[in-house]
Amino acid sequence: MSPSVPLQEMIRAIRSARTQCEERGVIQRECAAIRAQFRQADNGGRSHNLAKLLYVHMLGYPAHFGQMECVRMIASPRYSEKRVGYLGAMMLLDEKQDASLLITNSIKNDLSNSNQYIQSLALCTLACMGSAEMCRDLAPEIDRLLRASNSYIKKKAALCAVHIVRKVHDLGELFTKAARSLLTEKNHGVVHGAVVLITELCERNSETLERFRKTVPDLVQIMKGLVISGYSPDHDVAGISDPFLQVRILRLLRILGRNNEAASDAMNDLLAQVATNTDSTKTVGNAVLYETVLTVLDIKSESGLRVLAVNILGRFLLNNDRNIRYIAMTSLQKIVGTDHNAVQRHRGTIVDCLKDQDASVKRRALELSLALVSASNIRSMMKELLSFLSSCPPELRSQTASGIFNAAERYAPSQRWHIDTILHVLTTAGGDVRDETVPNLIQLITNTSELHCYTVHKLYRALLSDISQQPLVQVACWCIGEYGDLLLTGECQETEPVQVTEDYVLDVLETVLQSHMSSPSTRGFALTATMKLSTRITENVDRIRSIVSIYGSCIDVELQQRAVEYNALFKKYDHMRAAVLERMPVIEKNSQGHTNGETIKESQTVKVKPGEPQQPANQVCDLLDLLGGSEQPLQPSPALGSAAPPIPVSTPNTVGGDLLDLLGGLEPTPITPVATVTVYEKDGVTVTLSCEKQSDSGLTVTLTASNSTESDIRGFTLQAAVPKSVQLHMKAPSGDSLPARGTAKVTQMVVLNNPNKVNLKMRLRISYTSQGSAVQDTVQIDSFPGLGQ
Amino acid sequence: MMRFMLLFSRQGKLRLQKWFTSMSEREKKKIIRDMTTMVLARQPRSCNFMQWKDLKIVYKRYASLYFCLGVESQENELLALEIIHRYVELLDKYFGNVCELDIIFNFEKAYFILDEFLMGGEIQETSKQIVNRSIEASDMLQEVRFTDMHAQMHLVKHCDLHLWCEHVTSVAWLSV
Repeated sequence: MSPSVPLQEMIRAIRSARTQCEERGVIQRECAAIRAQFRQADNGGRSHNLAKLLYVHMLGYPAHFGQMECVRMIASPRYSEKRVGYLGAMMLLDEKQDASLLITNSIKNDLSNSNQYIQSLALCTLACMGSAEMCRDLAPEIDRLLRASNSYIKKKAALCAVHIVRKVHDLGELFTKAARSLLTEKNHGVVHGAVVLITELCERNSETLERFRKTVPDLVQIMKGLVISGYSPDHDVAGISDPFLQVRILRLLRILGRNNEAASDAMNDLLAQVATNTDSTKTVGNAVLYETVLTVLDIKSESGLRVLAVNILGRFLLNNDRNIRYIAMTSLQKIVGTDHNAVQRHRGTIVDCLKDQDASVKRRALELSLALVSASNIRSMMKELLSFLSSCPPELRSQTASGIFNAAERYAPSQRWHIDTILHVLTTAGGDVRDETVPNLIQLITNTSELHCYTVHKLYRALLSDISQQPLVQVACWCIGEYGDLLLTGECQETEPVQVTEDYVLDVLETVLQSHMSSPSTRGFALTATMKLSTRITENVDRIRSIVSIYGSCIDVELQQRAVEYNALFKKYDHMRAAVLERMPVIEKNSQGHTNGETIKESQTVKVKPGEPQQPANQVCDLLDLLGGSEQPLQPSPALGSAAPPIPVSTPNTVGGDLLDLLGGLEPTPITPVATVTVYEKDGVTVTLSCEKQSDSGLTVTLTASNSTESDIRGFTLQAAVPKSVQLHMKAPSGDSLPARGTAKVTQMVVLNNPNKVNLKMRLRISYTSQGSAVQDTVQIDSFPGLGQ
Repeated sequence: MMRFMLLFSRQGKLRLQKWFTSMSEREKKKIIRDMTTMVLARQPRSCNFMQWKDLKIVYKRYASLYFCLGVESQENELLALEIIHRYVELLDKYFGNVCELDIIFNFEKAYFILDEFLMGGEIQETSKQIVNRSIEASDMLQEVRFTDMHAQMHLVKHCDLHLWCEHVTSVAWLSV
């Protein structure tokens, strides 16, 4: 092998460049020289030049001007040039380049070349970068090579066929027969290629899969040969005979045995044999065992075999090698749903892996641990998970937190434990929890009324120590606002009560308000909490009043709005303050986990700060939720409902009628049933009128006529006249004949527009033909029902 | 199937890149960047497997070179480690105690060896000896000048006869 001297000199020159700039200079000079050489006629150094260009390309510099040179070199009769040309094609050309099509012909010629190494170059390039068109063109050639060539070419043709099938699925049909016959070859490379091809065909097409099921005995035979046979120097790797082929065959058996009893039965013995006989001291052995386990777990294997497989995984879990532990956990994850109990047996080891140093192992252990949490082990598992949370790498934090929340929600043994767990998570990883945690927690707290005292004490203490975790601070502020009176009573059954005065509590809230660590929404929480306390405390109401008025000129629009409204509540609506700020009732959890009370407030903040994580995304949805979902009308609203002007958004107990106020100042219109008035009744013909007010000046009048005589009436028409300023539009009647005895009616709609609001009157002319004679009549309508005129 | 194989030094310099699917230059560059950052950040005795998007990344360090293989999710990771090891063995046999410099100065040879071992993202040949002999024969072919056509054919014929021990189907040049 003679190295390419010019190439090596250039590489040396590039490597000796001391700075990036120098390197760029060298490369630019070389590229210029290469470009010049490309333009010249053939001088015997073409392969060196292209090789140089490929090196430059690998360093990351542009090399597209070499594409045509690749095409030319592929067509060269010299093997050395062809070789480098094909290498260049694989590196510089891909199916997205137009130039790639130009080599199709060269590849075609080379595929039929008498020299197998040239054929192999063409096959390799086709398998690497063949586009769909090239594949379609050359598929018949490949098929020919699959059948009639030596094993060296056959194995390459098989893999080329795999590539073709991946690119153009329909061509799979073409290779099915050839693939089948290749399985009988002795050469391992060819058999391997055949197995890969068959796998690919079966994965794409279920019919093909059915056909290839018949090969299961042959595959089992080949495997047995590999496992039992003695030492074969050619293919031996650490005592295992051709592990690559073994793994591939196992994978194909997995696909063939899936969901098929007969095929699974045929391979049972073999799998048991491989599982027990394979030496697992080295990685190769473990690779084969791993694949065997995956196959056993995926096919319809008998239970004994399954137990064997899970035990192998259990052994893997105890292995010192991290890689083995990692793959054991990955496999256990796949079966934790189906063989839950079997995996539970290894829970201890898995939980220990949480403490492993390696990040990949930790991740797998976390996923598996979360899947193994159940009602019986929730307490111990949660302890482990919480300690993991405090020491876990940052990228796993939010996954852990949400996993803990889900588990707690499903299996919490008691409310208090649940609240404690959530608080623990918030204190350790408050920044990584999901957005709906705050409303969820608030809803949970309100629902456990017996623990209000306990909760507010815990939260108060947490707030005293740390106000940087926003979700925690928000929940704490809300609780203090709601249940501050419980805090001040100084007694608590569940936990050590705090002895605080009102001033202390207000201090804490003020600290949150003023701290630069508090996000705007947190400050909103704090302000509202302060306001709520004004009804729960007795002495420091003035302090609250002053806090609130200070924030009336705050730069933050949201805080300013709230403060101004609260000010108004103090000044003009003081009589309502107690009612407005009363304790919230138990909140119904609606499907999105939003709490009704909070959403109105928070939906306002959405408008101002769309980036805030805690807010429900769509405030219209929230309002609709309130309209539809709130079954418990929050109490003292009737007083508010009729108050003019109604206090807009920040009141926490608005529902129903008040919401219509929110939506734009419409007065809630009582919906009365539509009144009908008979305006004409003569000779058995009755005309009734009903009207509906559409808008301030618009009115729709519906006239219904019926006939109670013994004979039909034909040609029934209505004409209407109204005062001058009123606009009238008569719609088409439903018909013009009234059958006898009132079997059917005729209706006609009339749309009136009364912009000047004059006294509405209508004159109606009725004309029809009955029993051969024409009748005409007029009637005046002075009053319309429902208009109160 | 394997999606790509990358070799890079401890300083993050790329020594070999083989892509088994079609990708734009930008995507390739991004993958190279991501792989080098991820692999070089790993602790010395950590697990050799990582998850990246929907691929499994299997990497191993040999002296100053990192071998990084990106495989699809149904592949056997332990076998991927074996594939990397096999490739290193092939390089070692060819270059004789291979080191990074060999791969730098003879990168095209490294590609030729890889192309005899893997193809289309799958293993092509499971026997070390056959791969080695194919490379030797190809190199011989490269040596021979084009003008001496018959001698070239004769040489090749001579080398390759022992490469296949079972029946040889009709090969055109035998009749030359």
